[in-house]
Amino acid sequence: MNTQIKLILKRYCSDRTRLLDILWDLQGLYGYFPEAVVTQLSESLNMSANDIYGVISFYHFFHDRPTGRYKIYLSDTVIARMNGYEEVRTALEQEANCHFGGTDETGTFSLFYTNCIGLSDQEPAMLIDDVVFTQLSPGKVRVILSQLRQNKTPAEIVNPEGLPSSELAYVERLVKSNIRHKGAVFFKKINHRVLLDKCLNQLPEHIVENMIASHIRGRGGAGFPTGLKWQLCRDVEAEDKVVICNADEGEPGTFKDRVLLTHSPRDVFVGMIIAGHAIGSNYGLLYLRAEYRYLKDYLEYQLQQLRTEGLLGIDFDIRIQMGAGAYVCGDETALIESCEGKRGVPRVKPPFPIQNGYLGRPTNVNNVETFAAVTTIMERGAQWYRSMGTKESSGTRLLSVSGDCAQPGIYEVEWGITLGEILDMVGAQDASAVQVSGPSGECVSVAKDAERELCYDDLSCNGSFMIFDQRQDLLRVVQEFMRFFVDESCGICVPCRVGNVELLRKVDRLIDGKGCQKDLDDLVSWGKLLRATSRCGLGTTSAKPILTTLDTFPGIYQNILTRKQGTLLASFDLKEALPDGGRFREE
Amino acid sequence: MTIQISIDGKQITTTAGKTLVDVAAENGIYIPTLCYVKNKTCLGTCRVCSVKVSGNVMSACTVAVSDGMKVEVDEPEVSDMRKALVECLFTEGNHNCPSCEKSGRCELQAVGYEVGMVVSRFPYRFPVRERNHTSGKIWLERDRCILCLRCVEFIHDAESGKKIFSLSKRGAKARIEIDTELVESMSAGQVKVAANLCPVGCIIEKGHGFNEPIGQRKYEKKSIRERAVAKNNNE
Repeated sequence: MNTQIKLILKRYCSDRTRLLDILWDLQGLYGYFPEAVVTQLSESLNMSANDIYGVISFYHFFHDRPTGRYKIYLSDTVIARMNGYEEVRTALEQEANCHFGGTDETGTFSLFYTNCIGLSDQEPAMLIDDVVFTQLSPGKVRVILSQLRQNKTPAEIVNPEGLPSSELAYVERLVKSNIRHKGAVFFKKINHRVLLDKCLNQLPEHIVENMIASHIRGRGGAGFPTGLKWQLCRDVEAEDKVVICNADEGEPGTFKDRVLLTHSPRDVFVGMIIAGHAIGSNYGLLYLRAEYRYLKDYLEYQLQQLRTEGLLGIDFDIRIQMGAGAYVCGDETALIESCEGKRGVPRVKPPFPIQNGYLGRPTNVNNVETFAAVTTIMERGAQWYRSMGTKESSGTRLLSVSGDCAQPGIYEVEWGITLGEILDMVGAQDASAVQVSGPSGECVSVAKDAERELCYDDLSCNGSFMIFDQRQDLLRVVQEFMRFFVDESCGICVPCRVGNVELLRKVDRLIDGKGCQKDLDDLVSWGKLLRATSRCGLGTTSAKPILTTLDTFPGIYQNILTRKQGTLLASFDLKEALPDGGRFREE
Repeated sequence: MTIQISIDGKQITTTAGKTLVDVAAENGIYIPTLCYVKNKTCLGTCRVCSVKVSGNVMSACTVAVSDGMKVEVDEPEVSDMRKALVECLFTEGNHNCPSCEKSGRCELQAVGYEVGMVVSRFPYRFPVRERNHTSGKIWLERDRCILCLRCVEFIHDAESGKKIFSLSKRGAKARIEIDTELVESMSAGQVKVAANLCPVGCIIEKGHGFNEPIGQRKYEKKSIRERAVAKNNNE
């Protein structure tokens, strides 16, 4: 066997649950997965080659065919499309001399579309391998590609001073953090050593009680009470338990976890250590989405520092698990499957992760923001935390604000703030619609909903806050969101796999001017089907862009409806359906 | 632990933790299924067993019964959802029952009758799907695959334990794959098991076919509903 492959396998003890790491290293070596390599892998890992291809082909950033020397992924989002995406896209095709999905003749560039890469406040943006370029323009694209042609590496272009990738300065060179408004909880100076000394000397039960008393709810979106989750996980009797930090920030429009990991990585890691103590675990995983690979060295360095300081690595240690490009892995059970080196498919529940999670162990999964908040709660106290926000939604949360506003970026707000207050704060006087919580959330009307409060009982928010003014075509936004769900559905269950395609087709038909009232009725009824019968949160929420705009902005649909002509459906083009465009019949 | 639940108003005494699909069947109530196989790991892929539990739609193969559970199977809204999901499958692939070897033994076809499907509310896609006939033992007719995952999860190479069937890609592009080397070492018995496990005519045993005349095929002799609710539901 090839010695390099041997080395990689040895690094991971030929453990098939580390398949994602093995694949990342192999792709680093070969650029893709040659058949001979997969064959060798299948022998060493005792998996069929197809089984390995099944994993490779599940993830967006793994390639089973050769690509160009540089893999360029352009972030295709509604926000990018509001900021010159089309011009940048065209410039990329011209400069690279190939189309998206292809490679140029010289084998230098491959162009790919990719879904939101967590930079909605600085789009258009693209990844070249694991280096990110933001605020793109056609001119900037031309310069970057010509420098690549002159054998400069992506890192050299964006970081000419050669800052080490383990430093904060490197991350800041690549992306802006745009922290516009700091509140009481996040980005604080905390003495982590003193805090950990205090926490680890407390009884675990006491920490769990503190979390329950703070009333904090999970910040991933579902809003499950964190204290209760910890309590349930603590109550399971088992030797090995696991703490996982979900940094698979895939919801289009969110980027707050990226900024937290950039500026407060220690708050996040210390929150995980505290959780470990509370539930009785000595092992933590941070699942980092592939789109944030440029943060990996920096985060590894932060972990190393914590180990050097004796805060990590004795009773509790943390490993970073790289994802490979799949929105569905934001679902905690899909994320666990992915951590185990498999296709990121949501599990059948029950059992829940707190009973049977990573490698069958009781597993507590929380979001990046939750862990960062935990650290401050332990520092300042549960009552202090609970004094902020509303009765049912305590504390503050981070908003990732993007779209039509003067100051896109990160805002820390207390729960209970109204939609109108947020829009004033971010400079969005002309806003007419806001997509709260991303495509899986709700599209609200500024005219009707300005007084609504951001909280779990009214306008729940997972952090994504995309603003649209009158100029934006909301139906196109809906179309983009549905395309996103079709793209990201894992396909494991029928309603989500089949239904999203049908919903998108209906929206396409409406935009083509061939939709009638029956199509709207179908959208509502099929949307309900997906919501009720899908296996995970992706399918149960994917119809929301349609259902919420139908409710809030019915005009965008009603105004473009057509009528049935005679006995034929409006969407049926008789001429197109007949050979020779129907000429035969007319004669 | 003995518990009481109700299904469509019928009071049922059963044991806590049993799967709802089984409890219903044991009590003469049929819930259609396509991916579920009794006594095997729940796959939860087809969602055709959706019912209402305390007003919420849930797939009955994933529900463990607990005391006081109120289940609705024969309820208009959720019955129509089950029908819609079956219709989804008929339009997603190419299901030409009259020419299919599995006709009469096909679970999708049989369930189609049970949910009262006549024509699909979704547009037929007529996808072009590549077949795999390279193996000497199995025809893989992807046109008919409903991605239930039975073969992926339950059929393994006897010697190495490797998967013989697997999925590639994801979403609407997901497709069933067959390991053409491993399939050659399948015993005749295992090939039969795989072909019978496939709820549709995707995995077809080579060298056999159309053994039973029309009128005497499996689900013509005894419907899928009768088989499911029969006290002793062996073949």
